[in-house]
Amino acid sequence: MLSRTADNLYWIARYMERADTSARLLEVGSRISLIPSAHGYRSEWDSLLQASGMAEGFDKKYGDPVQRNIESYLFFDRDNGSSVASCITAARENGRIVRTALTAQVWDALNVAYEELRALERRPRSELQQSRLTEWTMRHTAMVRGAIDATLLRNDGYNFLNIGYYLERADNTARLMDVKYYVLLPRVDFVGSGLDNYQWTTLLRAMGAHRAFHWAYGGEVTAAKIAHFLILNPQSPRSLTTCVAGIANHLGRLAKAYGAETDAQRLARAMLTGLEGETVDRIIDEGLHEYLTRFIGDAAGLSLAVHNTYLSRARA
Amino acid sequence: MHPYFNEMYQGTDVRVPYARLQDWVSAMPTALRSLKQAEAEALFRRIGITFAVYGEGGDPDRLIPFDMFPRVFSAVEWSRLERGIKQRARALNAFLVDVYGRGEIVRAGRIPARLVYQNEAYEKAVVGFVPPKGVYSHIVGIDLVRTGPDDFFVLEDNCRTPSGVSYMLENREIMMRMFPDLFRENRIEPVDRYPELLRRTLASVAPHKCDREPTVVILTPGSFNSAYYEHSFLADLMGVELVEGQDLFVDGAFVYMRTTEGPRRVDVIYRRIDDAYIDPLCFRPDSMLGIPGLMDVYRSGGVSICSAPGAGVADDKAVYTYVPEMIRFYLGEEPILQNVPTWQCAKHDDLGHVLDKLPELVVKEVHGSGGYGMLVGPKCTKAEIEAFRAKIIENPGNYIAQPTLALSTVPTFVDEGVAPRHVDLRPYCLVGERIELVPGGLTRVALKDGSLVVNSSQGGGVKDTWVLAE
Repeated sequence: MLSRTADNLYWIARYMERADTSARLLEVGSRISLIPSAHGYRSEWDSLLQASGMAEGFDKKYGDPVQRNIESYLFFDRDNGSSVASCITAARENGRIVRTALTAQVWDALNVAYEELRALERRPRSELQQSRLTEWTMRHTAMVRGAIDATLLRNDGYNFLNIGYYLERADNTARLMDVKYYVLLPRVDFVGSGLDNYQWTTLLRAMGAHRAFHWAYGGEVTAAKIAHFLILNPQSPRSLTTCVAGIANHLGRLAKAYGAETDAQRLARAMLTGLEGETVDRIIDEGLHEYLTRFIGDAAGLSLAVHNTYLSRARA
Repeated sequence: MHPYFNEMYQGTDVRVPYARLQDWVSAMPTALRSLKQAEAEALFRRIGITFAVYGEGGDPDRLIPFDMFPRVFSAVEWSRLERGIKQRARALNAFLVDVYGRGEIVRAGRIPARLVYQNEAYEKAVVGFVPPKGVYSHIVGIDLVRTGPDDFFVLEDNCRTPSGVSYMLENREIMMRMFPDLFRENRIEPVDRYPELLRRTLASVAPHKCDREPTVVILTPGSFNSAYYEHSFLADLMGVELVEGQDLFVDGAFVYMRTTEGPRRVDVIYRRIDDAYIDPLCFRPDSMLGIPGLMDVYRSGGVSICSAPGAGVADDKAVYTYVPEMIRFYLGEEPILQNVPTWQCAKHDDLGHVLDKLPELVVKEVHGSGGYGMLVGPKCTKAEIEAFRAKIIENPGNYIAQPTLALSTVPTFVDEGVAPRHVDLRPYCLVGERIELVPGGLTRVALKDGSLVVNSSQGGGVKDTWVLAE
């Protein structure tokens, strides 16, 4: 497969996953905006923007985190590279470039999302409810994902798509957690307070995982349980372990198909081994922030290795 | 009486090829028609066939309007067209081999040397090189118009990279999906062999150094090109990679593409970019689209380029005038298809005639395309004609003129119902080890009442083109 084609596939997945994250942020942001600001919950919104690297852009253009601004920025704004509109457009453009590597169903799912997005953009904003925008996005990202899983050949292109999905998801999970711990809780005396629990719940909501969490753990929401759920639990669809296992699996399939092991496979395996031998206590001892910072760095290193090995393929 | 030949009627009688369409259209209620038209548009949009027009701005995903009323040729009509088209494609290729070789036709005084050797499209870099199987132009698009039951004229030849074949294929797919009954009632020759024939044609001109099943690729300028859809569509149907310049590189005597498994050798490049951009070391040094060193590999037989660099000299509008001469000179045959009488403003006598008759003529730039930079005398105001006159006088060599042809019409769905609209035809002739022509082509239709300009960039649409089996 052409390296450029693999690169386009990888980015289709990253953009679709990012659109999904932005839509979840939109939902959380909207909930926050309904809470009276006297209680200080506004900072939740700031921190979520910061987590996704969008805080500066938002401040510059909008300032006030009221409902309409949040919607504009996270859904419609083309200046925001992570907005739903930007991501879906970019994913569809990447798809258009590599149509020959997609099935009709996958292309159709991407193209329909894009066409409907354009129709949404033409509608008066007063007719569009936030909950509809979030649902709309999640429906379309799921349709693309479903079309990929249901119809695509399990060839190298399929592996590159999945590597893109898992890398993007791992990065999002780690960043959202990191901000929660580092930015929101600079003061130790907040830990375990009611406010803290509310903020953790917001985090779970942002990852669409708060119901799953309760099914899996029950009882009080504690930092330790959440860290276990989002980092170590292989049942959680967004945990770092799940994502890294996914990456390692698809890199392994590539190595087998191409008959060559590379740095990318070695890095992924090392990360997975590390996660599998880890405990929540040790993570908290090291410091959640320190642990997550290290993980984000490792994930970036892995992403670079994938790029250098497969996606840019300079002459060999 | 209407002065134009309507392909559906002879007087008040319906011509035989259209007999069943008469029942079809009269049985179709208006409501159903709009429903079908909307369905067709939705299908095109879903498939993603859109067309961006250079320099027009606006919607980058505009659709070329598709008209559901087909255009029909009988088997007899087509067999004559087919012979004429193949004859022309053979002669054009013979001409190209000749003018990059000994130049017999020039020596024989059948075409002026200046027109060939000083032509902008004449590529000095390939003088003396004979491409595999002696083919320069592997896909010849010949634009035809019709003025009467037996009167076909060649408007121009496209020897480089004629576009539009994806519409020929998709128009057919859509018609078959929407009106299966029509295809049951009429015996319509299929066109879907085209991608396979194209792949075979390209593989048949593999370079001398290729000693295995050749790897064929399509080279595109990229996804921002207005014909990108077509490039990816063809690559998909042919089962070959669609590459950009950055995906290819030269190493030693061969060209390779960058793949996730490392470099892979490429043997035949069907390029959809102009000569000037394919190799910055040989042609335009500022080209970001090309592959440095490609021409060296090409000339040493390491890769084939289709169409071959230099093919453009055969489809120049001034050289066009001499195609009937080429047919006589190389094939010893009389041309089956006629040329449109053409005056060359570079010739003093012709220029005088053109300037006298300007309001009746169509004037075109020698290197123009897409229906731009042309004058359609009978459709222009006095002021427009005078402005054009000044341009011709300033640079006569840049223009040719032709009489305004009475382009045939085909019934077309319009807001008020069905009305005749002017059409042309572009069939795609494949030249490799063999010469092949699928029975069909792209019919373009001028949707504006009275308009003779069928270019999609100027309000033209497309129709499915049928050739009936005997």
